[in-house]
Amino acid sequence: MTSLTQTDRDLINRLQDDLPLENRPFSALSAELDITEEELITRVKRLRSEGILTRFGPFFDAAAMGGDFCLCAIAVPPDQYEAVTEQVNAYPEVAHNYERTHHLNMWFVLACETPEAIDFTADLIQAETGLTVYRFPKLQEFFIGFRVAA
Amino acid sequence: MSIDATDRRIIEALQSGLPLTTTPYAEVADSIGLPENDLLTRLEAMKSSGIIRRIAAAPNHYKLGMAANGMTVWDVADDHVATLGAQIGALPFVTHCYERPRALPDWPYNLFAMVHGTTREEVIEKREIIAEILRPAPGASDILYSTRILKKTGLRLKKRG
Repeated sequence: MTSLTQTDRDLINRLQDDLPLENRPFSALSAELDITEEELITRVKRLRSEGILTRFGPFFDAAAMGGDFCLCAIAVPPDQYEAVTEQVNAYPEVAHNYERTHHLNMWFVLACETPEAIDFTADLIQAETGLTVYRFPKLQEFFIGFRVAA
Repeated sequence: MSIDATDRRIIEALQSGLPLTTTPYAEVADSIGLPENDLLTRLEAMKSSGIIRRIAAAPNHYKLGMAANGMTVWDVADDHVATLGAQIGALPFVTHCYERPRALPDWPYNLFAMVHGTTREEVIEKREIIAEILRPAPGASDILYSTRILKKTGLRLKKRG
């Protein structure tokens, strides 16, 4: 685990909230954290390059654009794991992908611009890997609390 | 709602993230040949329509010491899932909670609740709280820890034209 200063932690916590849509979006935040705007930007760049923040920017919702999301899973034989990871990750529709402790050991989210593209893409991945792509579209969402305390 | 060609250019320019400068929107506007105010107006509209959920950072849980990420999964009777799911989704340590279809016979679970913790013991303790809520409709359950992030990029539009 990387060592973080209190300012880093405050910054990570605040950056998980919505940033204002204005010309200098970091300005108010830097005043709030009592650092300069430049220092704030340098810190965010460092947190990005250290991989503590995986991305920074707008979170787009494919469903609101008329598209769709779908959680998918594959039971990948261990000796094929790296090869299948490469095949699956090569699809731009794969928004994220996690290795998990289960017989179904690869879990990824497809984000597509049309609902039809979900099955189409999942079928392509299934054909390319020769493995069943289980599909778990959401039926009901109970809450999205996205924040993680740093 | 659908997006037009200009929205599409904006999304393409922003999907890998916002430039880290004092005036990021001016730079993006410049790169796609749009006045900054038009860009901000369109982004505002995308926010109101839900296309943009928020403008924020995505942290790497592992590097923040949240090393244990458990996807708890439950088989909950269909007529109880709405009520019980809402209670579980309201728990402060549940970051995502969904009802999803089962994939029988391989996958009997229809309720997914994501729980993060610094250790697996912490995740197991939290899972007990969920189990307590589900006691009126007990069924099979499991927990899947993530052991590796294989990819995390967020939405990417396909190149067109």
